[in-house]
Amino acid sequence: MQFQKPAGPNPTDRQRVLGKPTPRIDGPAKTTGTATYAYEFNDVAPNLAYGYILGAGVAKGRITSMDVAAAKKSAGVLDVVTYKNAGEVKNSDFNTAPLLAGPDVTHYHQAVAMVVAETFEQARAAASLIKVGYQKADGAYELAERKDSASVPKDDADTRTGDYETAFANAPVKVDVTYTTPAHAHAMMEPHATIALWEDGNLTLWSANQMIEWGKQSVATALGLDPSKVRMISPYIGGGFGGKLFIRADAVLAAIGARLTGRPVKVALQRPLVFNNTVHRPATIQRITLGAGEEGKLLAIGHENWSGNLEGGDAEQSPAATRPSYAAANRLAVTKLAVLDLPEGNAMRAPGDAPGSMTIEAAMDELAHELGLDPIELRAINDTQVHPESGKPFSRRKLMDCYREGASRFGWSKRSMEPGKVRDGDEWVGMGVASAIRGAPVMTSAARVSLRGDGSVLVETDMTDIGTGSYTILGQTAAEMLGVPLERVEVRLGDSNFPVSAGSGGQWGATSSTSGVYAACNQLRTAIANAVGVDANAATFADGRVSAGGEAFDLTEAGALTETGEVTFGGRGDEHEYFTFGAHFVELGVNAYTAEIRLRRMLAVCDAGRIFNPTSAKNQVMGGMTMGAGAALLEELVVDPRYGFFANHDLAQYEVPVHADIPQQEVIFLDGEDPLASPMKGSGVGELGICGPSAAIANAVFNATGIRVRDYPITMEKLLPRMPTV
Amino acid sequence: MPTNLTFDVSRRELLIGSASAALIAGLGGWSADAAPPQRDGSVRLTVNGEERTLELDNRTSLLDALREHMHLTGTKKGCDHGQCGACTVMVNGERINSCLTLAVMHDGDEVTTIEGLGTPDDPHAMQAAFVKHDGYQCGYCTPGQICSAVAMLDEIEAGMPSHVTPDLTARPQASEAEIKERMSGNICRCAAYPNILAAITEVEGARA
Repeated sequence: MQFQKPAGPNPTDRQRVLGKPTPRIDGPAKTTGTATYAYEFNDVAPNLAYGYILGAGVAKGRITSMDVAAAKKSAGVLDVVTYKNAGEVKNSDFNTAPLLAGPDVTHYHQAVAMVVAETFEQARAAASLIKVGYQKADGAYELAERKDSASVPKDDADTRTGDYETAFANAPVKVDVTYTTPAHAHAMMEPHATIALWEDGNLTLWSANQMIEWGKQSVATALGLDPSKVRMISPYIGGGFGGKLFIRADAVLAAIGARLTGRPVKVALQRPLVFNNTVHRPATIQRITLGAGEEGKLLAIGHENWSGNLEGGDAEQSPAATRPSYAAANRLAVTKLAVLDLPEGNAMRAPGDAPGSMTIEAAMDELAHELGLDPIELRAINDTQVHPESGKPFSRRKLMDCYREGASRFGWSKRSMEPGKVRDGDEWVGMGVASAIRGAPVMTSAARVSLRGDGSVLVETDMTDIGTGSYTILGQTAAEMLGVPLERVEVRLGDSNFPVSAGSGGQWGATSSTSGVYAACNQLRTAIANAVGVDANAATFADGRVSAGGEAFDLTEAGALTETGEVTFGGRGDEHEYFTFGAHFVELGVNAYTAEIRLRRMLAVCDAGRIFNPTSAKNQVMGGMTMGAGAALLEELVVDPRYGFFANHDLAQYEVPVHADIPQQEVIFLDGEDPLASPMKGSGVGELGICGPSAAIANAVFNATGIRVRDYPITMEKLLPRMPTV
Repeated sequence: MPTNLTFDVSRRELLIGSASAALIAGLGGWSADAAPPQRDGSVRLTVNGEERTLELDNRTSLLDALREHMHLTGTKKGCDHGQCGACTVMVNGERINSCLTLAVMHDGDEVTTIEGLGTPDDPHAMQAAFVKHDGYQCGYCTPGQICSAVAMLDEIEAGMPSHVTPDLTARPQASEAEIKERMSGNICRCAAYPNILAAITEVEGARA
């Protein structure tokens, strides 16, 4: 089906299963250790061999010698994969840096070799015997030093509305501030991992991957295979956050190692390799300029962003957070990209929007303070129901409703307008807010839905569940559409033999994949009605029965039926802009003596139309809030400019939030539906939670202490010299 | 490693330079041309109530013995360095990072993994509470969180204090602060932390 017109009444309106807080159907497997992740398919072959990857010891240069003799003689070793014996490894459009180095090295810890051995211990020991000689080349690693060399990427032309320069120059009240955000790591709990098995020229990969079809196509491109020869399977994925959108060295090297040795090979990236071998969210420098009238009406908004990447890589699109945000007649958005020789920068949860919201939403707080306005009032004055650039209405924008609901629940009225005034024991206490604004994109998505002879339902699609709750919402969709209990629906995901779905990324997965199942179920409803001989348009599906015109049949009477359906959104988007909105509230304490920051409360009020499963959606938003807290207070990939790598490349040194860091979190969804967004009348929320909480924390730190830190993360050494006198 | 070296270059430069292999090979006592010889050992474990005898490369961690040799893959490898907690199992009733200990060190020990706590049809109270409270997302840290939580409540019950215990002479209580502190060795990057806390709190309440 093509989704072109606003959704009218449809079977999802019943909301008997959809929209109800529902425990995940994959929960029993995940909590008992019976959910199987990529590295764990030990039963697929009796003779699995182990791969162990060696990363490059230089950031840029050339391999001048590669001595694998000792490694090959080491106990248990079957072979050593290097660029010399791997054959051609092509780069697909989804990868910037080659997944196997040689002879050129383009980033630190780029794979230079993989030992294949009978056991993990043997492979690891042998990898330490490989002698690699390098000719080092000079590289550029620090964004600040390369900022002036940055240019506008070809796909990222400046956007301008009105006369920004004049309006900003003449504005009565101005904020002109530069923020920095460091590089961030996805740091998902499951390292990238793959098992590769060749059978008669066909390659099967069990691989941790968010996007099955992209992964399959990329592997085929890399190895010069017809895509029909490649199968990718990924039923459970131990977190992705964008880090598993594209294949990485584990997938390609497992396949090559298996081809060279004639054995199936399993490979996981060792944790200290993950941070430099794979991808990260690039660091940014962001200049925000806000020009306003005395009453707070914005006259000019400017957002200029600098980031770096390898030659051919993409820019971090931080102005994406500002462009749809607030009304102002005169606007400028600039994205500039410098060439750096760090590892590849790529998408991490809410790319662009997350780091962009860390700055625009803090700068708005700065403007509110300048104006003596409540920061929520400043947002209200500048709220808009049309996109400030295109002038098209948003399909649904309830931003100020989110703020009103949140302010009431959070007790916002208790906030001191003057910073550094509230003391509780040893702590200065502050509150902050920030908007959550995130695009609601959609992608074509297909699914196959079968009614089985016993009246149960099977859903199959290559959609992935990276912790997002896909299994459950797809099951709920089929249950609602076909009138069966959720327990009667089996959902199978993450296999390229299934119809191609939207995959998991960019907050598009939930909307698109449920809409694909909706499309297939609509076809199946017709097929069922035809099978039992009732009018499909008049048929009602409920309680395992189909009824129409006074007749009712058990679904088992329809016999076994299968339909494959697909949703496309080709007609959507012409008249409206599609976004999701929310408001983040934070209260925290800053120790008056040590400047240690402790979060006290976090609240997000979000709106995305219908929420398919409030249980997993809340969890998604909470996860974003916590990742945002990490970005505000802890997380920073530290560049060693001497050697061109991220020095803190493990989970002890790259600090992500732990239990003790996170306070009570509350997530509220506004009631309502968005029939313009999808046939499901709602959008995904997977990235909404991380847009705004970091700025809300920064703003709360300012409210507590009067100190504005513009270089994230906000750590105690940046506060201590400026703390209020006690 | 020898201890009488004088480094006139940084250790990192030494290791990455093209001549590094020769330099390292010249250092007494350790050769870059061969790995230390493999030695195998025998270990007898009771895993989830079942006695197992394994012949293992001595370098095999308890984690890899479980995952790769017994195919008990419920226990996860997140970092292999004791930094994430995904590999938490119980050895003789106490929680332990199974990646930080060699299997051959556990001869005669009793190991309980997530598979030993319960099954989908007959879950442990903690497993059921995690499902009820949505105490996970991707599920990869979950077995470690659950094993850690079960053992952690035993630690509180046994009177073991923590960093946040207000009074070291009084019995520790299973307060929110105590639970969060004691669970902080188990990272959840999806960050289901409030839901995990709710699950543990419910189980603790039922025990009390």
